[in-house]
Amino acid sequence: MMERFSNPVLLKELKLRFRSFKSFSGLMFYLAVLCIFVTGFLLIYTQFSGTGFFRPRDSFTMFAVLSVIQMGLVMFITPGLTAGAISTEREKQTLNILLTTTQSSTQIIVGKLLSSVAFLVLMLLAGLPLYSLVFLFGGVSPSQLITIFLFYLVTLIAIGSIGIMFSTITKRTIVSMIATYGAMIFLGGITAFLFFVGVSMDQMFMYSGNPQPNAAPFSPIPYFWASINPGALMVTILYPEMATSLESAVGVSIPVWVSYLIFYVLLTAFCLLIAIRKLRANMKTNR
Amino acid sequence: MMVDIQGLTKKYGSFTALDNLTLSLDEGVVFGFVGANGAGKSTTFSILSTLLSPSAGDALINGKSVVREPKEVRKQIGYMPDFFGVYDQLKADEYLDFYGASYGLPAAERRVLIPQLLELVNLTEKRFEYVDLLSRGMKQRLCLARSLIHDPKVLILDEPASGLDPRARVEMRDILKHLKSMGKTILISSHILPELAEMCDEIGVIDNGKLIAHGNVAQIQDQLQGDKRIIVKVMDDLEKARAFFEEDPFVSSIEMTHGKNEVAFNYRGKTMDQVNLLRKALLADISIFSLTEEEKDLEDVFMAITKGADEK
Repeated sequence: MMERFSNPVLLKELKLRFRSFKSFSGLMFYLAVLCIFVTGFLLIYTQFSGTGFFRPRDSFTMFAVLSVIQMGLVMFITPGLTAGAISTEREKQTLNILLTTTQSSTQIIVGKLLSSVAFLVLMLLAGLPLYSLVFLFGGVSPSQLITIFLFYLVTLIAIGSIGIMFSTITKRTIVSMIATYGAMIFLGGITAFLFFVGVSMDQMFMYSGNPQPNAAPFSPIPYFWASINPGALMVTILYPEMATSLESAVGVSIPVWVSYLIFYVLLTAFCLLIAIRKLRANMKTNR
Repeated sequence: MMVDIQGLTKKYGSFTALDNLTLSLDEGVVFGFVGANGAGKSTTFSILSTLLSPSAGDALINGKSVVREPKEVRKQIGYMPDFFGVYDQLKADEYLDFYGASYGLPAAERRVLIPQLLELVNLTEKRFEYVDLLSRGMKQRLCLARSLIHDPKVLILDEPASGLDPRARVEMRDILKHLKSMGKTILISSHILPELAEMCDEIGVIDNGKLIAHGNVAQIQDQLQGDKRIIVKVMDDLEKARAFFEEDPFVSSIEMTHGKNEVAFNYRGKTMDQVNLLRKALLADISIFSLTEEEKDLEDVFMAITKGADEK
C-alpha cells in the first residue's frame, strides 16, 4: 500500500541530500545566523535596559525581527536548493536515463520539489528551539507563530516551484539560478517599490485633480503589489493594525493574506504545470 | 515482430538527421547499428527510447507505439545511452534499487533482483561501493545492469563499449553474449563494424540518416565492398599479362610489381566473369601460377562507406 504512494525520486533526493556535506554546512550556517542574532539581541536589550530583564514587548520585537531574518534566509536558500533540480540532472547526464523509466513527469517534478521542501522544513524546525526563547519571555501567541510558519511554507513551496520551473526550461543551472533569484528580487523588492509608487501616484491624483476630495481611495493595483509581497504579508501578520492601515490606504477590503494565498497557490500550480509539460520537451506527449 | 520501424524521420529545421528509416527485427535478434559519428544512430535510439519525437513515421516495440504509447514502450525497453552520469553519493545496490523503484518494482522483488543483476555483470563485490568510485568499465556494466532491472524485452545500447580498455570491452562483449542467450532483442550501436560483427545476427549501416545496408555480416560485406582487388602472379612476361588484363572491361587501376612478377587490379565483374577472364588468360598463353583475391575486412568496408560521409 505504501509503495503505491512512494516517490522514488523523492527518496533518492532525500538520501543524496542528507549524505551531502553541503546540506549540513548549509543548516549549520542557517542556525549560526539565527544564534548570532538571538544572542546579540538579548545582550543588547539587557545592556540597554541596565536592569538585566527582558520585557514582553522586547520579546515581541525579537520575534518580529527573527521572523524577518528567517524569511530572508528562506528566500535566499530556496532558489539555491531548487534552481538546479532538473538542470543538474541534465548537466550530469542522468536525466535521459531517468526519463526512460516509467515514472511520469509529474512524479519526477513533485519528487524534486518535495525533497527541497522537506529540507527547508527541516531547517525551519531546526530553528524552533531558538524561536522558543521568545515564549520564555512572553509577548507572542502560539497562533502567531503557527501563522508565520504556514506563511513560510506557502512561500517556500511557491519559490521552490519557480526554481524547478526555471531549472526545467533552462539548460544550465547558472541561468536557472539567475532567473530564480531575479524572480525573488521582483517578488520581494520590486513589488514593494511598485506599491509605493502606485500609492503615491493615486494620492497625487486625489489631491490634484479629483473633484470629490473626501471620496474613499480605491487603488487595486497598488493593493495587488502589496498583496504579493512576502514582506507586506509578514508585516500584516506581525502587526495586524498595519492591515487596517493598508486597507484604508488602498480602499480594498479583501485581507492581504487571502490575495497572497490565492496568488501563490496559482503561481505554484502554474510553475509546476510548466515544469511538468517541459520536462519531456522533446516528446510530443508528456507521458 | 519485436521491433518494427516504419518510415522514421527526424528533421531539425532543414537538416534531416534521420531519413525514412524502415527496419524490422524479430524477437531474440541482436542487431548492430553501424555508422560514422553523426550518421543518425543516436537519433534513432533516442526515438526508440521515447526521448525524442519523430518528425514522421513511427516505431513499434513489441506492438507499442513510441509516439502514442511512450509509457508502455518504456516498460519494454532497457536503454543505455552513449554518455551517461551516475549519482555520486549512491552505492551500487542503491543505484539499482532507485531505478527498480522507478520502474515500479516492489521492494521485495528488488531485494532479490539486485544481487542477481550484480552477479550477471560481475559486480557482486562492488555492491556496497559508491558508484563514483567505480572504474569506467564497471560503471558501464552497472548501467547495463540498470537497464535490465525491469526485465525488458528489448535492449537499446548506444555505443556500450566506447571508451573502454580492451579488457573491459571483452567483459562487456561476454555479458552481451549472455544476454543474447537469454533471448533478449538487442540493438547495439557502434562506429566500429568489426566490434559488432562477432556478436550480431544482423547489421544495419546508416549513413547521413539513411539505412544503406541491412542484413547479416556476409551480406553486408557483399553489398558494400564494391570492386575486388585481384593479384595475379605470372612466371614471365609481365608486360604481356598487364596488356591482356587491361583490355578487360571490368578491370581498372592496374599496377605491376616487377620484383614480385605481380599484376594487381580492381575487378568489378561477377564471379562468372572472373572465371571467363581466367580461362581467356590461359588460352592467351599467360603463364599464371597464382591468382588471389585481396581480403577486405570489415574495417576496410566501413572506412569505404564512411569516407563519403566525411567528405560531405
